[in-house]
Amino acid sequence: MNDVLLSVQDLHVRFKTYAGVVRAVNGMTFDVRQGEIFGLVGESGCGKSVTGFAVLRMVPYPGEIVRGGINFRGEDLLQKDESEMQDVRGGHIAMIFQDPTASLNPVFTIGNQVTRVIRQHMSAGPGEARRRAVEMFDAVGLPDPARVFRAYPHELSGGMQQRVMIAMALSSGAELLIADEPTTALDVTIQAQILALLTELRAKQGVSILFITHDLAVVAETCDRVGVAYAGDIVEMGQADDVLHRMKHPYTQGLLAALPRPTYRGQALQSIEGSVPDGIYLPPGCPFHPRCPAAMDLCQVEKPPLFSVGPEGHVAACYLYAQEELA
Amino acid sequence: MSKTPLLEVHGLTKYFMARRSLLSRRQKLVRALEGVNLRVYQQETLGVVGESGCGKTTLGRAVMRLIRPTSGQVLFEGQDIVPLDRREMRRYRRDMQMVFQSPYSSFDPRFSVLNSIAEPLRAHTTLRGEVLVSRARELLEQAGMPGEILFRYPHEFSGGQLQRIAVARALALNPKFIVLDEPTSALDVSVQAQIINLLQRLQRELKLTYLFITHDLSVVQHISDRIAVMYLGKVVELSTTEAIFYETRHPYTQALLASAPSLDPELRQERIILTGGVPDPADPPPGCSFHPRCPMVMPICSQIEPTFTDVGDGHMVACHLFGEQRGA
Repeated sequence: MNDVLLSVQDLHVRFKTYAGVVRAVNGMTFDVRQGEIFGLVGESGCGKSVTGFAVLRMVPYPGEIVRGGINFRGEDLLQKDESEMQDVRGGHIAMIFQDPTASLNPVFTIGNQVTRVIRQHMSAGPGEARRRAVEMFDAVGLPDPARVFRAYPHELSGGMQQRVMIAMALSSGAELLIADEPTTALDVTIQAQILALLTELRAKQGVSILFITHDLAVVAETCDRVGVAYAGDIVEMGQADDVLHRMKHPYTQGLLAALPRPTYRGQALQSIEGSVPDGIYLPPGCPFHPRCPAAMDLCQVEKPPLFSVGPEGHVAACYLYAQEELA
Repeated sequence: MSKTPLLEVHGLTKYFMARRSLLSRRQKLVRALEGVNLRVYQQETLGVVGESGCGKTTLGRAVMRLIRPTSGQVLFEGQDIVPLDRREMRRYRRDMQMVFQSPYSSFDPRFSVLNSIAEPLRAHTTLRGEVLVSRARELLEQAGMPGEILFRYPHEFSGGQLQRIAVARALALNPKFIVLDEPTSALDVSVQAQIINLLQRLQRELKLTYLFITHDLSVVQHISDRIAVMYLGKVVELSTTEAIFYETRHPYTQALLASAPSLDPELRQERIILTGGVPDPADPPPGCSFHPRCPMVMPICSQIEPTFTDVGDGHMVACHLFGEQRGA
């Protein structure tokens, strides 16, 4: 279970814009293990989506990976040439997005689009590709797979379109699925269906999932381990239960306290003062220090490394825990 | 919370005509609201919750008379505002305001903050010049924004800051009633918390009454005194927040609550995963519109539409499971 499938090491991504250089990802480091659902969670602008794109080397212009390592099954993806990356994309690592409507081409049938992916990655003829597509539609719980095959995207609801995207993503035997806010555009009852499908696919087909989301409750329900991102780097990481219930980093604590929960009804919600820093003008030291209630002098000068704060690899990037490390 | 209704809605119905397909001339009738009845009491927050397409936004807009209902009544302080013309409506506009989901599209990018906030004041009051500027500054400060930003423009602000400015603008005419349509849905959680706290503080200080429209169950539970659950243009259950969450009656409400992911494992409910999606409001199923997805469906459900009935203590439910109590 503990074999590392994907390892992202010290990843840095920048966007050169007219306004200045936006440092979107700053040292992101995490592993996704075989058969696990790893949640990458954070607020808008924390670099979580850019990290997902970077794994597939699809960071949109004018973004570029300036340094770091992305290892997939022991191979460095940053060393591969473009044609080798084409095999990785879809063949070994697939990605699904927030808005399935925007991910499907409205002028081709669903079947056309899915068989094209299958034929690109597997040496299958049209008949075989069709069989494989229908089989995948069935596996993702689409009713009447043959009808879906002939349908155009607009004939399907958002939830069904997302199932098609998942079927397409996994149709060529990808081992890793990058799911970027896959349920954010869906209603809660449909979200529940898609989350159940993703956990089922992990159990049955052993797919590993890098689950990118802003929703802590979704993480609590689906992820094994989680990394909390802030200003382009992980500030806390560990087993989902530890991070969400025994959170150590002041940012994670603030984020969880800001969520409305039945137990606190009638009380004012806690909020984090200020707002997320601009990627162009990142504060020196710990990027969270200007908003942190526990900031110390050191925090303004030097960015904290990850310190161990609990069992099973629970770590937090905060000097509050520097002592425990030494002791 | 006093028990006088500020707003009463009776049989509110809104149909839209839509083309059957892109090139077709034939039209179809989209039943966005179908006979909605509810009351909003003085100084309470009535939450309206439901999935996309359930008609919650149409309800907010119809109540504000931003769209004219097909039929039904909207009584504001006892006066039916549905038949009023533009001029007669002006008097009520001061008392009723709205805050929208997207703060970015709520502002004219060419208007300074001062102009945006001053617009309702210029239209409805005689405030001009220095007095107007100082009133705008006071409104901003009330909404937690510094007064110095009066001469800045919308693009200079974050979503959360713009939503504060939108709240300041909504307060300009000292309204009694505010429709909040997904006011925090476009915001990150830490900012959402700031806006919710602001809205609750203003409600206490200014004795405001809110109609709070959202799809977010944890937000609606936090902010509402009572909750109306909508499905396909109808209110299917309406009661106090406690009763909606802990004495849930309608199978749709049960499924909705059970679908919401929860942070706390001890609060996690047995998943009720509904099959399929919400039906097309242009072609609603016969009988109870929830029956094709309902886990408790009975033969009667596909034939007769259940009435909206009080099952005790003002807890209203539209479901045949609770039909007998009425006959008994």
